[in-house]
Amino acid sequence: MIAIGLEGSANKLGVGIMMHPDNGSPPQVLANIRHTYVSPPGEGFLPKDTARHHRSWVVKLVKKALKEARVSVRDVDCICFTKGPGMGAPLQSVAVAARMLSLLWGKALVGVNHCVGHIEMGRLITGATNPVVLYVSGGNTQVIAYSSQRYRIFGETLDIAVGNCLDRFARTLHISNDPAPGYNIEQLAKKGRQLVDLPYTVKGMDCSFSGILAAVDGLAATYGLGGKGKDDETDTPVLDADGNGKPTPADLCFSLQETIFSMLVEITERAMAHVGSKEVLIVGGVGCNERLQEMMGIMARDRGGNVHATDERFCIDNGIMIAQAGLLAYKTGFQTPLMDSTCTQRFRTDDVFIKWRG
Amino acid sequence: MASPEPYTPPPLPTPFTHTTPPPTLLTQGAEAHIYKTTHLTPTTPAALKVRPSKPYRHPILDRRLTRQRILQEARCLVKLVREGVSVPAVFALDWEGQSGDGAWLLMEWIEGVVVRVVFERWEAFMKAGGEGLRGERWRAEEEKVRGLMRGIGAVVGGLHRAGVIHGDLTTSNLILRSGVEGEREREREMEGEVVLIDFGLAAQSSSEEDRAVDLYVLERAFGSTHPRCEMFFGEVLVGYRDSYKGAAVTLKRLQDVRMRGRKRSMIG
Repeated sequence: MIAIGLEGSANKLGVGIMMHPDNGSPPQVLANIRHTYVSPPGEGFLPKDTARHHRSWVVKLVKKALKEARVSVRDVDCICFTKGPGMGAPLQSVAVAARMLSLLWGKALVGVNHCVGHIEMGRLITGATNPVVLYVSGGNTQVIAYSSQRYRIFGETLDIAVGNCLDRFARTLHISNDPAPGYNIEQLAKKGRQLVDLPYTVKGMDCSFSGILAAVDGLAATYGLGGKGKDDETDTPVLDADGNGKPTPADLCFSLQETIFSMLVEITERAMAHVGSKEVLIVGGVGCNERLQEMMGIMARDRGGNVHATDERFCIDNGIMIAQAGLLAYKTGFQTPLMDSTCTQRFRTDDVFIKWRG
Repeated sequence: MASPEPYTPPPLPTPFTHTTPPPTLLTQGAEAHIYKTTHLTPTTPAALKVRPSKPYRHPILDRRLTRQRILQEARCLVKLVREGVSVPAVFALDWEGQSGDGAWLLMEWIEGVVVRVVFERWEAFMKAGGEGLRGERWRAEEEKVRGLMRGIGAVVGGLHRAGVIHGDLTTSNLILRSGVEGEREREREMEGEVVLIDFGLAAQSSSEEDRAVDLYVLERAFGSTHPRCEMFFGEVLVGYRDSYKGAAVTLKRLQDVRMRGRKRSMIG
């Protein structure tokens, strides 16, 4: 069976084609194409501009994907699209494209939960069978474990997502959004030396990032590091007797990463202890961060387990994860009638009945 | 990504390296290792909570968090013991981890079964055919669960009355004190005093919001760990309602907390 997956819940437009061979051999990725809407430094992506980007690229991407996968429309079994959660306008433009393809080609539609897509893709690529999942991206921060036909949320953010915290701090420092603000923060953080005190807000298995963002934004303002025209390279830190001094932008990125990733590792560890699991799977855009993977690896090793993570092809929003989750559902007989092929900005991971797992 | 290096648990902090018999490791929680040992006399059992340093964390951050948490935990426990809430008493602590092998807290030993296990056993029993029970026997089963739920509500109420919130209420952090070791018969498996443990995330607060959130966390924990028992969660609130004067206000606030999409307000 072959499925096309369309993903556009944020600034990435992804088209992917997955094949589940009929003889039961492992699923294959036939095409995985992505085009990202990049906003200028200091700015985030606005829904209407992102939707416009998706509308103007979706046809090109679908054509290119079909060509790359060397499949004809006739071979495709279903069209999978992201039903939610995500930004309204971009979701809508992709849902319209999915509906159009479905009517044009006479193929079934399958609405997919974005978070479930990430989890299923991560499981497929890493081979992790029943891990505790840390799903970290620009819009979501959740610790998830599977139990009785649901991906249950054990912990999550109480306010903004961890990726949103990083993205917005990148805006404060006017760091480039190309290829991704989080990636550029990660590179800058490698040069950081001094750990500045930031709030640490873990509540049980939940955490909060808005106060940390406000604090680090405040520090940036205090030391005049925010906004355009700063010159961080020539700025050699002046240290006092305790080894503390004026932090550089790199120090702030370093401190921000160390603090929020410690929180994420801590809540993941707590969920692992709670459900008695030794495997961790990191998915979502922030999951590409190598420092996060490293910290998670140390934690997992100390618990006698290991961490599974993927690279940017599968971590960052993509079409194949939607095709993968959609195809799993489609094989159990699930379809989304045209009447119900709407999308929604709020769609909790545990709302989905996971019929395909035991 | 997998790192197959073998892991050996960190060594015990100094005073406990000379204990005979040596402390036995019971659980490796997320934050701490719990050992069973003795205090002062070989017949006084004690629980030792060691917070080893977390190598994944930056050392400065690690020291700050460990110190903050172990002191907070001890302060809450001491206060609760004074207020007569059933929690383990504090014997001794070292918040700096002077030996370099972690900060530790030595507490009274609570003999009993973790409530999570009690419910799991019951759920397993129900799954294995108990659900077919009718009439008198089903009512007896139901009453057992309801009784334990009320007991949980009462102890949480006592905690809140004393001005402390737990911060991580799950059934893993409740012990059903039995006084004796070993298995008990099915009829009496849910009898006994409920004792709260693990105050690693506790804080002193009398705000109804914090209290309501505490209850909400417990409610969600039931939903995710004991789906079959969730229907009886109302009994926890019944037990809670009668436990202190401000309980009704907190329960009203709980309604609001449930209504919010995200779970907790970060006011204050």
